[in-house]
Amino acid sequence: MTGRAPVLSVRGLSVRFLMPGGRRVAAVTDAHFEVRAGECLALIGESGCGKSVLASALLGLLPGNAQTAGSALLGDLDLLTADERTLSRTVRGRLVGLVPQSPAAHLTPVRTIRSQLQETVAALTPARGRAALRAAAEAAAERAAFPADHLDHHPHELSGGLAQRAATALALVGDAPLLLADEPTTGLDRDLVDRTVDELRRHVDSGGDGGEGRALLMITHDLAAAERIADRVAVMYAGRIVELAEAAAFFGAPGPRHPYSRGLLDALPDRAFTPIPGLPPELGALPDGCAFAARCDRATDTCAVLPPLTGTVACHHPHAALTEAADRARTA
Amino acid sequence: MLELRDITAGYARNAPVIRDVSLTVAPGEAVGLLGPSGCGKSTLARVAALLHRPDAGTLVLDGEPVRRWRHRAPREQRTAFGVVFQQARLSADPRLALSDLIAEPLRATGRREGAADRVGELAATVGLTADLLGRRPHEVSDGQLQRACLARALVLRPRWLVCDEMTAMLDASTTAALVRVVEDYRAATGAGLLAVGHDRALLDRWCDRTVHWTALTAAAAGAGTSSG
Repeated sequence: MTGRAPVLSVRGLSVRFLMPGGRRVAAVTDAHFEVRAGECLALIGESGCGKSVLASALLGLLPGNAQTAGSALLGDLDLLTADERTLSRTVRGRLVGLVPQSPAAHLTPVRTIRSQLQETVAALTPARGRAALRAAAEAAAERAAFPADHLDHHPHELSGGLAQRAATALALVGDAPLLLADEPTTGLDRDLVDRTVDELRRHVDSGGDGGEGRALLMITHDLAAAERIADRVAVMYAGRIVELAEAAAFFGAPGPRHPYSRGLLDALPDRAFTPIPGLPPELGALPDGCAFAARCDRATDTCAVLPPLTGTVACHHPHAALTEAADRARTA
Repeated sequence: MLELRDITAGYARNAPVIRDVSLTVAPGEAVGLLGPSGCGKSTLARVAALLHRPDAGTLVLDGEPVRRWRHRAPREQRTAFGVVFQQARLSADPRLALSDLIAEPLRATGRREGAADRVGELAATVGLTADLLGRRPHEVSDGQLQRACLARALVLRPRWLVCDEMTAMLDASTTAALVRVVEDYRAATGAGLLAVGHDRALLDRWCDRTVHWTALTAAAAGAGTSSG
């Protein structure tokens, strides 16, 4: 998978919100990452750490008081500088498919799933004519395992899981090379979470040009969901990516290297169930140095200086990497 | 003792959401109620917390049968419960600063004296800073707001806590922090707990016993409840 060209390449992405009174909120700072075809990157972190702002930036959906810096390249197109016409006509739905946080709120309540699928098919594909649209909509529903006998239902008549599949079906219609899932499992019960993310994984492994698969950026605070399907994990804290690791090493041995990532995993009920002390810092008043230092038991005077992301982790005192490869990456 | 016997409840006539459900929580016991979305477990939690009048069945609270629900319930029964809901944003008055939100039950029961001290003490317990206490709900994160809602549930020192999916919207660290606050409170006061959720790993770790929804109906009552 590492040999493939990245579908999405984010370089130094920063988002600032200008607030009344000249206040500036640093929602995302200097994010670097890539997502490749056939790969799932899970972006994890506490609520309010900037994950969803990053997603909005990639879709050009930031509010007017936002300022962006850096680049987010999707092929040759920079999503951050693209104009609204380009975003609406070539990006949303066609290059980036959005799997929304709350499918019930994402679907139009007064129309059936069939009607919404047909509208999307008509807008995004060359299919024309009543019979062709109907067939294409049914095919789209089948791709997301949405049952054909529920196509004439309205969103409120669907269970949470079926509404999620309907929203996924809509996201897949344009056959976009990048899927962006923003908290796709919030409020679902565990069985449904597993089913939903397994289906997302299936769409990563299949589809895409030449069968090499789609790229999936999944934003979530559900660590179990991330562990289930992610190839790599990016941990976000106070607007910065503080660790970028292979999922197997992150959730298994040797485990996460950043003390914050380690704290997140230790908070899980099937691990130590110990909370990280304190609260995340305000994004409008971040410290100059490491934003996690105030909550970190490894912090020393050196943490007053911002740690750069070296290799896989942005920390002055990371936990040991047990593999030579990670050590090489760190010193490189 | 909190005893729910053969409870049938719902929101429309002749269409009960739950039918003949029984559950008992002993004093000081922590019971986890596990079930999928839409099974009716939140309705049962609302009946237990005197927030929803059942169509049939009895609720016995510390030996006393409950005859009235919601605002008609006698104050000493109503205030025996602290309730935390899943969606902090929907259960917080957007006009109140967090300090007023936490103090609201004290005001509503005419215990204003010493309210500021009690709020300060609880804010420290749930991990809210003085700066956050002056803000309104839209100025804080979901996790911070849920911390305030938990403080509000504890402010009258309830004998029973009902936590309905308290942590479903929260990240792992905030979840662990709030569960620890609940457990510290229960260790200090001996309060009983009914925790409703769909995360078996969480409820197994948190509660003395975990009961699956399907074990509560009349058909399963003879076999007793499963221990988890």
